[in-house]
Amino acid sequence: MSEEVTTVKGSSWRLVEVGRVILINKGEYAGKLAAIVEIIDHKRVLIDGPNDVARQAFPLARATLTPIVIPKLTRGARTGTTAKKWAEAGVDEKWAKSSWAQKINSRALRRENTDFGRFEVLLLKKQRRYKVKKALAKAKKLA
Amino acid sequence: MGRLQEYEVIGRHLPTETDPTPKLYRLQIFAPNSVVAKSRYWYFMKQLRKVKKSTGEIVSMKVISEKRPTKVKNFGIWIRYDSRSGTHNMYKEYRDLSRTSAVESLYQDMAARHRARFRSIHILKVVELEKSEDVKRQYIKQLLTPGLKFPLPHRVTKSKQIFSFKRPSTFY
Repeated sequence: MSEEVTTVKGSSWRLVEVGRVILINKGEYAGKLAAIVEIIDHKRVLIDGPNDVARQAFPLARATLTPIVIPKLTRGARTGTTAKKWAEAGVDEKWAKSSWAQKINSRALRRENTDFGRFEVLLLKKQRRYKVKKALAKAKKLA
Repeated sequence: MGRLQEYEVIGRHLPTETDPTPKLYRLQIFAPNSVVAKSRYWYFMKQLRKVKKSTGEIVSMKVISEKRPTKVKNFGIWIRYDSRSGTHNMYKEYRDLSRTSAVESLYQDMAARHRARFRSIHILKVVELEKSEDVKRQYIKQLLTPGLKFPLPHRVTKSKQIFSFKRPSTFY
């Protein structure tokens, strides 16, 4: 057999695995992060996390997998160990930096905004547009 | 708190002149409430011994709660069930956090696969399988693979709006 080098890459799925951090979509803990501690079956996992999420069985249908994985989390790790590994892996910082979390935050901010706040945004946007257009016109003139 | 609870019911025949100290009989019963648990106790006792509700009494009854409700366990359950054409014995395995939730999923499973009702199922024995060698069924064995991981391909994320301006992406 001749060895051929292929350029085709397999899809990089996010996997359900021990240590995978999930975002809870529905229920009491909606919007919170938790780590998968053990896989119960193909639909449910045991989750735990330091962000006020009680250790519990959770259906994967009500959660989304994030790209964050806590490395070397042992199967069935207890709450204390999970919290320690969570901090070591810097999950909260990684999450806060991600564009996904930022989008969620900005969406929440926009929803809380008052009518006056929205008016201010309109004015600020106008000012920004004016500056951009001015700079563009200047650059065009030079070119 | 799930649908079912596990009860420990202890009862006996009423004392008579011939037998002033009747034997106590203890049954572990899965039932939605204490009324059903007592009823099931007499149902089984009638089949096993010559006692019935009118000639017997329940001495004590308590709820058995799960010792470690956050540990994932494998359970083996032996049952006897009446199908439309006969009686069958069965052994099934479930992976769950508690005995009661394993039994709950057993009832759901039996209803789904065999259209069996609560009344036609007798739970004979519920055992926690502590060693993975004791697990017999392939559907539980496959979950015991070390370093198990799998993707969730093709998920449809539900939008909250009635109308959407783009097709959902099912890549997950």
